Amino acid sequence: MPAARLMDEAEVRRSITRIAHEIIERNKGAERVVLVGIAARGDDLARRLAAEIGRIEGRVVPVGALDITFYRDDIGIRAEAPEVHETRIDFDINGWTVVLVDDVLFTGRTIRSALDALVDFGRPTAIQLAVLVDRGHRELPIRADFVGKNVPTRKDEDVRVALREVDGEDAVLVDEPVTSEPGTEGVRA
Amino acid sequence: MNGHLLSIHDVSAEEIVRILDTAESFREVGTRVIKKVPALRGRTVVNLFYENSTRTRISFELAAKRLSADVINFSTSGSSVSKGESLKDTALTLQAMGADAIVIRHSSSGAPLTLTRWVRGSVLNAGDGTHEHPTQALLDLYTMRDRLGRLEGLRVAIVGDVLHSRVGRSLSFALVKMGAEVVLVGPATLIPPDAPAWGVQVSHDIGGVLPKLDVCYMLRVQRERQRQQYFPSIREYARLFGLTRERAGMLPDGALVMHPGPMNRGVEIDSDVADLPRAVIEEQVTNGIAVRMSLLYLLLGGSGSRAAGGSADEAGAVRLPEEVATGA
Amino acid sequence: MPDRVLFRGARVVDPASGTDEVADLLVGGGVIAPSPGTGATVLDCDGLVLAPGLVDLHAHLRQPGREDEETVESGCRAAALGGFTAVSPMANTDPVADNAAVIHEVLELARAAGTCDVFPVGAITRGLGGEEMAELGEMVDAGVRLFSDDGRCVPNARVLRNALTYVRAFEGVVIAEHCEDASLAEGGQMHEGLSSSSLGLAGQPREAEEVVVARDLAVARLTGGRLHLCHLSSAGSLEMVSRAKAEGLRVTAEVTPHHLVFTEEDLLTYDTNKKMNPPLRSGEDRRELRGALADGTIDAVATDHAPHAVEEKEAEFDQAPFGTIGLETALAAVLTHLVEPGELTLSRAIDALSTAPARILGAGDHGGPIEPGRPANLVVFDPSAEWAVEPPFASKSRNSAFLGRRLRGRVVHTMLRGELVVADGKAQR
Repeated sequence: MPAARLMDEAEVRRSITRIAHEIIERNKGAERVVLVGIAARGDDLARRLAAEIGRIEGRVVPVGALDITFYRDDIGIRAEAPEVHETRIDFDINGWTVVLVDDVLFTGRTIRSALDALVDFGRPTAIQLAVLVDRGHRELPIRADFVGKNVPTRKDEDVRVALREVDGEDAVLVDEPVTSEPGTEGVRA
Repeated sequence: MNGHLLSIHDVSAEEIVRILDTAESFREVGTRVIKKVPALRGRTVVNLFYENSTRTRISFELAAKRLSADVINFSTSGSSVSKGESLKDTALTLQAMGADAIVIRHSSSGAPLTLTRWVRGSVLNAGDGTHEHPTQALLDLYTMRDRLGRLEGLRVAIVGDVLHSRVGRSLSFALVKMGAEVVLVGPATLIPPDAPAWGVQVSHDIGGVLPKLDVCYMLRVQRERQRQQYFPSIREYARLFGLTRERAGMLPDGALVMHPGPMNRGVEIDSDVADLPRAVIEEQVTNGIAVRMSLLYLLLGGSGSRAAGGSADEAGAVRLPEEVATGA
Repeated sequence: MPDRVLFRGARVVDPASGTDEVADLLVGGGVIAPSPGTGATVLDCDGLVLAPGLVDLHAHLRQPGREDEETVESGCRAAALGGFTAVSPMANTDPVADNAAVIHEVLELARAAGTCDVFPVGAITRGLGGEEMAELGEMVDAGVRLFSDDGRCVPNARVLRNALTYVRAFEGVVIAEHCEDASLAEGGQMHEGLSSSSLGLAGQPREAEEVVVARDLAVARLTGGRLHLCHLSSAGSLEMVSRAKAEGLRVTAEVTPHHLVFTEEDLLTYDTNKKMNPPLRSGEDRRELRGALADGTIDAVATDHAPHAVEEKEAEFDQAPFGTIGLETALAAVLTHLVEPGELTLSRAIDALSTAPARILGAGDHGGPIEPGRPANLVVFDPSAEWAVEPPFASKSRNSAFLGRRLRGRVVHTMLRGELVVADGKAQR
């Protein structure tokens, strides 16, 4: 069965624009803000947000990518060691506000890992969280500061974000559940 | 993933790419201020070194510690028999301590495979007798790929006592697996007679080979081999096969000079040459930590490593995970 | 006085008389009795084979010196359970069997055990040192017919020449050689070939055996002496033996069951139970060995039963000693891997395991023919009974190359001079 479309291209674009404005508003400008995208699609989203903020404020916002694989809480529980992506934080985060960017917020475990990873890089003034979709079902006390869309879902549904850079289109899609793979509980964001 | 890394034959070409790509990420970790990730927190890695090797042991120790694992060093020189405790008893002790991984270096070929019979953790071969040294081969592949951008189609010469070199053997197998062209160079007495069956070429003329190489990999020559009469003298060996400054000049621009260490300066490689920019010997060391972190992570990062009886199949084969699409 | 026993309905295979037929056999007073007879214990042998008791030309019983690995008593029991009524223990004990005193000791231990006849082998040279001839004549008086420095060859051709010549004075004495050139074999852990290269182990080439075979045959020609070649492993050796026999030299040869079954590839797991000397060689060598056994170039199968302590074999491959036990598996191994697939007839197999070695050894009471009046040294076995080779063994040691495998051919009864030393597969002593 084809995936249901929760957000189409236009909605994704508008969400990104709105989140960019909210980040600027909340932080009273973007002078002390850096964006760190959680690999892999968070990275692409972060760059788009940075471009938006750049258009609005006329300044370059540093963007980094963070792979949290080595900080996961399920290493040794899944059947296989998870795939690793690039980490690229070329700037000092001490004294800056870091806005973590991810595509989907789900159980909160990925963000917990990202927080642990980030503090190994330094001590930011504040960490905020921007996500395109919040689908509920938190297993940890984590919440997003900036949300594109709140979407109630069943826990066993599969929500994924498609981005032009990687998938050729912008969309938020939900698939009917397949028999879930054992050991993947709590794996997604 | 459960399993061991006993030999290059345990990993496929795809798995090697996976190992090298993951090592890339670990190299990045090495550039951070805090060079540590919690990936293997709470795991125990034992370095079981029956042969003196400070360099390799430290490399593994750092790799494990940067993954936040606990490290135990068990070093002894000489065979277990001469030291009084059998390999089996040592193995059972480590097993009782709950070692998740055992990195073993031993002077007897096959000792790592023998070890897998008595322990449930993962066994990593850090060099066994004259058999294999797979982690060295992998870090050498990493260095080559990093500097030259590819492995397929590279022309690599491995020069020296290949017959007795576990590094030479593992590296030959690995390069052939990745589609490189390998030529073994050395005295006829030190080239394994069945080398052509490995998919490599053989030459006894280093001068004829040098101008066409991408990598010139020098092996250490032990004086003991001269005593065993594999060649008449060190002087003649160096004259025929040593990498002198002149010979190094015959290499194409951009070609690398590599050596697994420790070097016999003045024997297989001149001091001048070892210090040239194209000699990436120190990079090999740095990359070693990243590659070993990658191996420890891939071997221990899956639940199979904790499975009861999750030991090797008969050939001690390792299976690395397929691409897993994570939600991040 | 042993009971009278009637073996009923067995397939009697007796190479010495050319017999292969189902028959009843009566034993009484320690000898084959003319049948029919009455008042005997009847043993039903339907489906079983009855043959002359097997004779092993080459075993190591480790006593005196390594009683932890094997004793004459445990070794004889193992032999009996394997269907052997005679066994020749080699001289490389501690002290070496290079004098009559040690020979008498071994004979006495065997007599006390009573499960198997023992024909001790004497050393050719003092202390197996390869330089000075041992007192061969004194040992002949003690009953020795076979001399060998097995464990190593006699390195000096002149010493070998002298020994071969010297024993011509004695009736029926044979010099047996372990053919291995120490300098070519030095450091070799297994056969030198593709497998040794894969395993990163030093190997010894088949030429290490062949150069000594060539030398020994030449010396045999020079002296006209009786030479026996132990545990041949290489196709090249066989060619030379064949030519020597054709020439009329008094040469005999043996092969072990494990060289007939395994090859170098069986070592790819570094299994120390398959580490032996001479080593397991290539598939082609194995094929030639089987052919040579079938056509008689190789006269006999001998076990080279070599017990080793568990902890010594459990060490790293290059630290482990060479050898496998074999008394309890020899018959089954030959039946399963050669007779069953049709590479060897049952009659030739029995000949190789019993009649031929008895002849080489001059053990007149063994090897058949099974005829009235002859000593009743017999084995009865079930050729199709399958069993797993697993401890406990009768041997004190466990290092069997066949460990964990299933074989077909189970000894049911072994009779030594009319007494059932093994009945229903169980040792009676």
